[in-house]
Amino acid sequence: MELLELLFFYLVAFVAVLSGVLVVSCKSPVHSALALVNTFFCLAVFYVMLSAPFMAAIQVMVYAGAIMVLILFVIMLLNLGADAHRKYTHGVVWGAICGILTLLVTGFFVKRGSITGMQGDVTTELIQGFGHTELIGKALFTDFLLPFEITSILLLVAIVGAVILAKKEV
Amino acid sequence: MTPEVEVLSLSSHPLLFLAAMLVKIGVVFGVVLFIVAYATWVERKVIGHMQTRLGPMRTFWHGLLQPIADGMKLFFKEDIVPSQADKVSYILAPMMILVPSLITVAIIPFGADLQIGNYIIPLQVAELNIGVLYILAMAGLGVYGTVLAGWSSNSKYSLIGGVRASAQMVSYELSAGLAIVAVFMLSETLSTRGIVDAQSASVLHWYVFKQPLAFCLFVVCGLAEINRTPFDMPEAESELVSGFCTEYSSMKYALFFMAEYANMIVISAIAATLFLGGWSGPTPFGAVNLLGKVFAFMFFFIWLRATFPRVRYDQLMYLGWKIFLPLALANIVITGFVVVLVN
Repeated sequence: MELLELLFFYLVAFVAVLSGVLVVSCKSPVHSALALVNTFFCLAVFYVMLSAPFMAAIQVMVYAGAIMVLILFVIMLLNLGADAHRKYTHGVVWGAICGILTLLVTGFFVKRGSITGMQGDVTTELIQGFGHTELIGKALFTDFLLPFEITSILLLVAIVGAVILAKKEV
Repeated sequence: MTPEVEVLSLSSHPLLFLAAMLVKIGVVFGVVLFIVAYATWVERKVIGHMQTRLGPMRTFWHGLLQPIADGMKLFFKEDIVPSQADKVSYILAPMMILVPSLITVAIIPFGADLQIGNYIIPLQVAELNIGVLYILAMAGLGVYGTVLAGWSSNSKYSLIGGVRASAQMVSYELSAGLAIVAVFMLSETLSTRGIVDAQSASVLHWYVFKQPLAFCLFVVCGLAEINRTPFDMPEAESELVSGFCTEYSSMKYALFFMAEYANMIVISAIAATLFLGGWSGPTPFGAVNLLGKVFAFMFFFIWLRATFPRVRYDQLMYLGWKIFLPLALANIVITGFVVVLVN
């Protein structure tokens, strides 16, 4: 079973990295957006493999289902894509160097570092026995109530701001 | 030594598990596709009779072989890709519209647990404890098919259809999702099986009686989300030819057609599971209960199509954002109060 899970992980990881590369290398913005949707989907699969089904569902719902639809909508309405045929090498070298450096640094820390953070109470067994959604809900409404409320006020402000910007007369 | 009864899983008996899964997937898939095929015949017959016509009569007895004839015809039609279309998205779109609706069926439970030897097999393709969220996530993915089809065809009719579809589906998804929230506030579980169990005591325990508003909201929003009349703005044939699928032909068009009916089945099955007790009542046969409810919903949808004219687009948006969304939110607040008071 371990082997199967590992194979599955590498398969999904391959698809995720491939679509990540496609996001930046596709000529058409719509294709990039689609590749990004695929990347989000692969991330959702990783959440499932990490026993976090709630996160997976939210990932698909919010990112793949809502945010990317809006992005696609904007791309379609602006009808981007016609201008992208020009060859464009500006900044590719620096981007590549930064990317490789980040990869090396991350690899170094992953290989050499040890976990210093606190081990929390929530374990995989707890999640499987109790339910992931219940755990998150409990944490949100007890330990993290203030940040949760502040986030909701922030979103409310953003909505009001959007309405004011969109309306000519308030 | 008697081994105790346990739920069949991949680790307890791999071969039996695989076999059971394959059979379940095959049966569910087959039944859904069969209903898809014959829903087209039923729709034409029912609307025909409602308009005092006969509907299809030529192929076999009362046109019973019409779906097969239609399928053959579409299969042998020329498959045209418009020369200025975006080929990748054009080919991808019909698949992206059909797949989310077909895989949503996986979490609909269709019967009590089956016991083979010492193993319990749940009659449901996949039991997820986040079941309802999975439904909402897949509904969100359904938008891509229409949007991409509309954009990639490089036709004005298709583009307008696609833009309408995405705006409509995104708006109504929200109200449908919020209507479902009230249901799982009562059931205290997100698993579809758990929600059915919570309603299984008697017909009076169905959530349609405890949540009539949520039920109505969900059915209407579901109609809007699957672009059925009176909300079929994305493919309004009197103004947009055929909306987002104008340029499609042959089997690609057939996939859009199938997706529409598959979506109808999915919305009916979800509504039956969440509000009408799913497989658990009123007869003792699980699958019969569920199918009966699904057929009733589908008849209702077809009936609506024969009865109502299309609403105007601004009315549709007004209805979604200014009436349904506040109603759904109010329903959640009231449900929350009642739940707290009763406990």
